[in-house]
Amino acid sequence: MSATLLRTSTAARSVLRSGAPKRAASAAATTFVRGKATLPDLPYDYGALEPSISGKIMELHHKNHHQTYVNSFNAASEQLAEAGAKGDVAASVALQPLINFHGGGHINHSLFWENLAPSKNGGGGEPSGALKSAIETNYGSFDAFKGKFNTALAGIQGSGWAWLVKDNETGQIGIRTYANQDPVVGKFTPLLGVDAWEHAYYLQYQNRKAEYFGAIWDVINWKTVESRLK
Amino acid sequence: MSSVAKYTLPALPYAYDALEPHISKEIMTLHHSKHHQTYITNLNNFLQTQSTASLAGDLIKQLSLQQAINFHAGGHINHTLFWENLAPASSSSTSPDCAPKLVAAINTRWGDLSTFQQKFNTALLSLKGSGWGWLVQDLESGALEVITSRDQDVVPATKKPLLGVDFWEHAYYLQYLNDKAAYAVGIWKVVNWKIVEKRFTGSTDIVFGSLVGLKAGL
Ligand SMILES: [Fe+2]
Ligand SMILES: [Fe+2]
Ligand SMILES: [Fe+2]
Repeated sequence: MSATLLRTSTAARSVLRSGAPKRAASAAATTFVRGKATLPDLPYDYGALEPSISGKIMELHHKNHHQTYVNSFNAASEQLAEAGAKGDVAASVALQPLINFHGGGHINHSLFWENLAPSKNGGGGEPSGALKSAIETNYGSFDAFKGKFNTALAGIQGSGWAWLVKDNETGQIGIRTYANQDPVVGKFTPLLGVDAWEHAYYLQYQNRKAEYFGAIWDVINWKTVESRLK
Repeated sequence: MSSVAKYTLPALPYAYDALEPHISKEIMTLHHSKHHQTYITNLNNFLQTQSTASLAGDLIKQLSLQQAINFHAGGHINHTLFWENLAPASSSSTSPDCAPKLVAAINTRWGDLSTFQQKFNTALLSLKGSGWGWLVQDLESGALEVITSRDQDVVPATKKPLLGVDFWEHAYYLQYLNDKAAYAVGIWKVVNWKIVEKRFTGSTDIVFGSLVGLKAGL
């Protein structure tokens, strides 16, 4: 299962990479036609994460929200390709916030679905191996780590995400929050992401977001998170 | 024993179900009694902590609290302005006829009211994350502008807010789900044009009322 999932997210990232930095080449246009982003299938049923996340939330979140990021990213990518083909640098630069937002939304949600799993299918529990060691080295214990992560989630002012990341320079893990749909790129590798936008929990938890942050740990797919550390 | 100002939740000028069918009773109840209350509770707590740090001469701690204070104070101010610039659709205040001077200025600026409303909704829908849409008047030039603010940022001090629309997901999700465009259309049925006219013709102090001091500190 996780091999398929990893392919999906690698593909998602390569679409963004092929799109964002290349502006001049007319080859960009064909790259985009080939590389259109598509909504990945969920690796479980909409209701499979209950009671942590309701089936209705999962369905809207995947079929509507994620799909909108995919569609809007493709639309912005096409405009970027046209601007690139015309050599219109100003238009290309002006499109970057849209590419970042919708491309980030696509990447973040793809990674999120993959790092969740139904509790009857391996979700929840505790990490093992190198990840377990890294967490205990950095945070003392798994519980202390969860506490820190939940504090980070609760501290997000507005829409955003909390991530467990690996620093690519030091190899250290760490907790970082990102505003809106800013993707984890560059210096950091995303290991575990939790969506803290209100749409991720509101139908079930309303303003009681701490309850959502508490319940998400029952459906974390640690096998996937561990595989991202490698 | 503390001399720190304590902010309290302002009563809504209408019932929780009064904005139906455009904003549901459930949304209004949660939005006012939970979300707005939480901004106020946190604001009071952070102000208390900051005051304690100030008395202890802990400047670093004071500075580290400022961003949280800005966020929760902004949440209190923005929601207060929002409740005031809404009214039940059946109320006479929701007719743009209640705002003759402002509508004339809008017509001069954008051609007609519906063009302005489209402009405003486009701004709302372009928000990338949580935030607000505003009709403001630039205090120097007097020009009307449509702007957005992120998260709970307040309107810049150089501009007077006339009309604010909350575009956080909690403002519409229980009723409109991901169809935020429908919420952006529905909100115009419950805009209190009488209040918006009053803000346009009055001073900035009138807009912020008892929160003018809190706003000045941001
Ligand atoms: Fe989301
Ligand atoms: Fe909220
Ligand atoms: Fe709100």
